[in-house]
Amino acid sequence: MNDLIPEFDFARVFIAPWADGAQTFIWIALMGFFVAAACGLVGNYLILRRMALVGDAISHSVLPGIAIAFLLANSRSTPVMFLGALVAGILTTVIIEVIHKKSRVKQDAAIGIAFSTLFAIGVILISLYADKVDLDAECVLYGEIAFVPLAPHVQMFGLPLGPEPVVRMGFVAALTLLLIILFYKELLVSSFDPGLAASLGINAGVMHYALMSMLSVVVVSAFESVGAILVIAMLILPGATASLLSQRLPVVLLLSGVHGALSSLLGIHLSIWLECSMAAAMVVMGAALFVLAWVFSPGAGLLATWLSRRSKPVRLEAAPQPAYGR
Amino acid sequence: MTTGAIALCLVISTSAEAAKVSDLTSTNIGEQALRFFSLQDPSLRFALVGSILLGITCGLLGSFIVVRKMALVGDALSHAVLPGVALGFLWGQTKDPFAIFVGATIAGLIGTTVVSLIKQTTRLKEDAALGLVLASFFAVGICLVTMIQRLPTGNKSGIDKFLFGQAAAISAGDVRLMAFVTLLSIATITVFYKECLVTSFDVGFARAAGFPTQLIHHSIMLLLAFTIVVALQAVGVVLVSAMLITPAAAAYLLTDRMHRMLLLAALFGMIAGVLGAFLSFLGNNLPTGPFMVLGASAVFVCAFLFGPKHGVVVRWWKRRSRSGRIRRENALKSIYRVLEERDFRDEGVALRELAQLRRESIEEARAESVDLSRHGLVSTHEEGNVLFFTPKGWQRACEIVRNHRLWELYLTNAVQYAPDHVHEDADVIEHVIGTETVREIERRLQFAKRDPHGRLIPGLEDIYPSTAGRRA
Repeated sequence: MNDLIPEFDFARVFIAPWADGAQTFIWIALMGFFVAAACGLVGNYLILRRMALVGDAISHSVLPGIAIAFLLANSRSTPVMFLGALVAGILTTVIIEVIHKKSRVKQDAAIGIAFSTLFAIGVILISLYADKVDLDAECVLYGEIAFVPLAPHVQMFGLPLGPEPVVRMGFVAALTLLLIILFYKELLVSSFDPGLAASLGINAGVMHYALMSMLSVVVVSAFESVGAILVIAMLILPGATASLLSQRLPVVLLLSGVHGALSSLLGIHLSIWLECSMAAAMVVMGAALFVLAWVFSPGAGLLATWLSRRSKPVRLEAAPQPAYGR
Repeated sequence: MTTGAIALCLVISTSAEAAKVSDLTSTNIGEQALRFFSLQDPSLRFALVGSILLGITCGLLGSFIVVRKMALVGDALSHAVLPGVALGFLWGQTKDPFAIFVGATIAGLIGTTVVSLIKQTTRLKEDAALGLVLASFFAVGICLVTMIQRLPTGNKSGIDKFLFGQAAAISAGDVRLMAFVTLLSIATITVFYKECLVTSFDVGFARAAGFPTQLIHHSIMLLLAFTIVVALQAVGVVLVSAMLITPAAAAYLLTDRMHRMLLLAALFGMIAGVLGAFLSFLGNNLPTGPFMVLGASAVFVCAFLFGPKHGVVVRWWKRRSRSGRIRRENALKSIYRVLEERDFRDEGVALRELAQLRRESIEEARAESVDLSRHGLVSTHEEGNVLFFTPKGWQRACEIVRNHRLWELYLTNAVQYAPDHVHEDADVIEHVIGTETVREIERRLQFAKRDPHGRLIPGLEDIYPSTAGRRA
């Protein structure tokens, strides 16, 4: 056990990264925050629409999109990857709908069939062309945020902005935020009350596919750093935690951003302590934050409900005796 | 799109073989396949037996989770076992199947408990709870796996094989465990078949009838956890859920009886398992899981398209032939109306008259008349410009008009519809109403002669000339 869990050394875990490796860790922390923020924003709407598991499906099924785009275009340029992922993401939603509508298979099974098939195709493509695609099969599952290339910095208007992947992720996060602000009302209404949305002239189908496209773009840009499965955590954990703390959507959106920042920072330290995968450590810290909110949330937490039940004992009225059976 | 998937499967399988040929020039695919099926290698024997056992258990348990609409619970459970696999591995520092089995089962059960706790105590819905547990447990598992790989013993342990599966790594111990779990599932399902069936389809009834629904639910979850854990070695954590869902969903498309679904699902699971192990062996030990999943998906696509009862092709064909029949019957009805307007004095109907009544072009009417004469319902004269009913066509036309007018009368007299509201309804029902129903309506309307608009209802003697022999 001793060699599994290294000794906890405060200086090594909390001080050294910022004293010696600030240049690296600031970018990793920022990257983690951008991933969690972009995913968390979209994820909130998935939770509201009870489509959390469609997020699960799309996060798996963008893989063949990326792999095929990569093999066809033979380059790792951003637009090609985005296009591949977008096509794969929309294809997934279409397949789920076709299976669900044209046969008697229920939606949950349709989701399971669609994403596992596409993911299997992706894994096989990657294993077959391992020398051409520089993604390895395990990296696809849990990514590696620590190895995101930090070397070439992007310049904009002559100002050094930062490493390319971080800037790209930041751009995606900003775009997500912008779209959510612009279409706030439409998303809100169509998520909570599809009937009202239709009567206001909001096309539910368009909103659905727009959200799915946004999801695919966010998922593919997060893919490199957190992989196919941990992305689900990034999608669901911030929103789920925030929804335990507040009932107002703007506050929930803000809190999910805070959750992203905290889990990213704490995750870095956890992974330095345990010397394990950084992306996984971020998710573990995110899950820990969820558990904290679950237990200690002032309104809906386990502790709060327990205390309020204790302080106000439920008084049961004596039930009137039934007339029969005497 | 589905055909695309099949094409892709083919491309992949051929290129897998191609990759192998270039790697091992000394053997060809035939010899390699012979090696696989002659079962000379003990490790191959284990892989094959393991895949078969795995397919059977996954099919059986999968059927229950598909009809219980718990498909994604299987997905969540399969990801949640990863920390247990890692801890079980740490226990003995080797790949001890028993330790991994115990660890994974415990982790899986904790996972499902957390899901139901979250559902009960928070506002989060089941889908969010499943996704949350799935990803969080998986993250803990990945942390542990990366920590184990850092250990001196960890790197060559093959723990990474649990992610995508490697049938070739199945050992004698694994096969024994798989056989145990398969026998346990078969025994449980046969002994408690009625209980499992009733609780899966009608929980309310099961509870009222005094079945221990909670106990049965938890037993099925436990069996499911066992199944997932033994399947991990061959299919991998990520794709186990597909082996549960896909064969069972394919079986669900082909039959309406649970026992047949169980048998079919077990068969499909077996086919997918063997196919996956075989292809991965041909392709120089590529990960097995994805190939098994593709095999299962191919079976599903076939069932989806060509299923005899619910298949897309069959239903498309039925709809097409039905819409053709309805079109023909409408044309016959129109010819009858033309004849009726001139009190059946002249038997030939000009194409122009038909087109006028049906509000369509001459060309459309001509196409319809060709279709009718091909079915022997009318005969055409004067270069196809004049139509005459054949006896068969006359009978059919009378039948349809009779159905239509009887239904109109029934709606106005028995259901109190306004007479001007009954036509559209009768236009739809006339094609689908059965003979039994027509007889019943006749009886209720006391064999009425005229419809609500005052027109004569064609009599039975028109339809069955042998009974009377009158022709207008």
